[in-house]
Amino acid sequence: MAAKSTSSTNASDGAGTFELKAASFTLPIIRLLDSDIETVASRLGAKVEKAPDFFRNTPVVIDLSDLPRDRAPIALPQLVGLLRGYGMIPFGVRGANAEQTAAAEALELAILRESYVRRTKSVGELAAETELEPDPVTAPKTAQAPEKAQPSAETTQPRAAGQSGFMLITKPVRSGQRIYAAGGDLSIIAPVSSGAELMADGNIHVYGPLRGRALAGMSGNMEARIFCHDLQAELISIAGHYRVSEGIPNELRGVPVQIFLDQKILRIEKL
Amino acid sequence: MARIIVITSGKGGVGKTTTAAALSMGLAQRGKRTVVIDFDVGLRNLDLIMGCERRVVYDFINVINGEANLNQALIRDKRCDSLYVLPASQTRDKDALTREGVERVLNDLGDNYDFIVCDSPAGIEHGAYMAMYFADDAIVVTNPEVSSVRDSDRMLGILSSRSKRAEESMEPIREYLLLTRYDPMRVANGEMLSVDDVQEILSLKLLGVVPESKAVLNASNAGIPVILDRESDAGQAYGDMVSRYLGDDVPHRFLHPEKKGLLSRIFKG
Repeated sequence: MAAKSTSSTNASDGAGTFELKAASFTLPIIRLLDSDIETVASRLGAKVEKAPDFFRNTPVVIDLSDLPRDRAPIALPQLVGLLRGYGMIPFGVRGANAEQTAAAEALELAILRESYVRRTKSVGELAAETELEPDPVTAPKTAQAPEKAQPSAETTQPRAAGQSGFMLITKPVRSGQRIYAAGGDLSIIAPVSSGAELMADGNIHVYGPLRGRALAGMSGNMEARIFCHDLQAELISIAGHYRVSEGIPNELRGVPVQIFLDQKILRIEKL
Repeated sequence: MARIIVITSGKGGVGKTTTAAALSMGLAQRGKRTVVIDFDVGLRNLDLIMGCERRVVYDFINVINGEANLNQALIRDKRCDSLYVLPASQTRDKDALTREGVERVLNDLGDNYDFIVCDSPAGIEHGAYMAMYFADDAIVVTNPEVSSVRDSDRMLGILSSRSKRAEESMEPIREYLLLTRYDPMRVANGEMLSVDDVQEILSLKLLGVVPESKAVLNASNAGIPVILDRESDAGQAYGDMVSRYLGDDVPHRFLHPEKKGLLSRIFKG
């Protein structure tokens, strides 16, 4: 039980049913510049005819962010049908507005995070958000639960992220909020609610109840640790090695602990 | 400039409209010029709870669209001179609430009133965003059960990141917790989250605890804000809440089951 969901590389841990890993893929993106489906269809048709094999069974992402906003909205169902007709596998959209998001969800397409780069205000924020850019698409790096597939709009902007990437949060982190300390540690001196998500490239410290998710060592740092005052987390992860609430023994709940990787096995130890 | 209070929750059916009606009536009774606005466009209820449904001519959306002026749409409460109701439209949808329109109406009201109470719709859709966007204070109405607590927590996150005050890095919205439909008996039996449980999760300033009470439904049916029912526990709890909101130090009541005396036990069975 203890090592059940720790390391994906440990074949001997008896899990054997699945592995959960982070991986990156480079995928073609179809960036739409014209919302007229007929025009798109004819241009795309010409393109596909030149290299039909290239497009066959190729997963593609539809980028809607450069569509002219003042024109009639694109008919997403038709577009998806069109792409499928050419043998492509459209599986997600990005840059969708609220209406398009709803349409895409109805079609069971993934909503990929819109690039934050163009509305970045500072170097710190750029560093904080580029990680989450979906191009190339990053497979579930954080063991994302289904409800998080659509990035919540109120991802907390890094408040105290200086050049060092260290971040200090003094107010409660609420359900639905995500905080990411890029390139450094994240310290929180307030409760973290269930449904909240903490991410850091370095360590995570929580001086209050940790009821949400905490993912340290986001960029692969296996030395990263999570320290918390009161462990009630839904999920804890270090460099992609994670454990869900069910896998946390009762005697380690509600007490001060540190969480670290030992030979790629996630360990929770009382402080 | 009026202080703008949003009554919000995330979850539906927890008592937002009842609270909006009680708070606005309580403030008005204490001499504050108050207007209460129904943001639940398409599912308007506040006018019923306030008992003014038969006097609605123009509504909030008419004012936003310039089809009526504020004075035509505001309904003066018959019981209290300093209270006005701005009803929602029942025929439009929430997209009719434009940010610019809402801002203009709030600004126009701001000069003439002390408090503007915004009754938010449930959910975290457009209507709820519009109700909370310009708020100075937020009263988060929560029932003592896990789903309501989680939704409130989510709402608090949105308040702290997507309101005008948050976006313009002003002083944050003051957030208060109001626990409603509290049943001390069930809490004592361990069937319901206690005040302390909820406070531990939400870590907010507790503005009041309103007990589960038959008086609330009776008041709603009669179109009389429950705060006017001074005999009832819920009415008294709302009265205390208004006092606390205005800065009085009032002890919390109705947190524990009533201890029945021997005589009442014998006679009431």
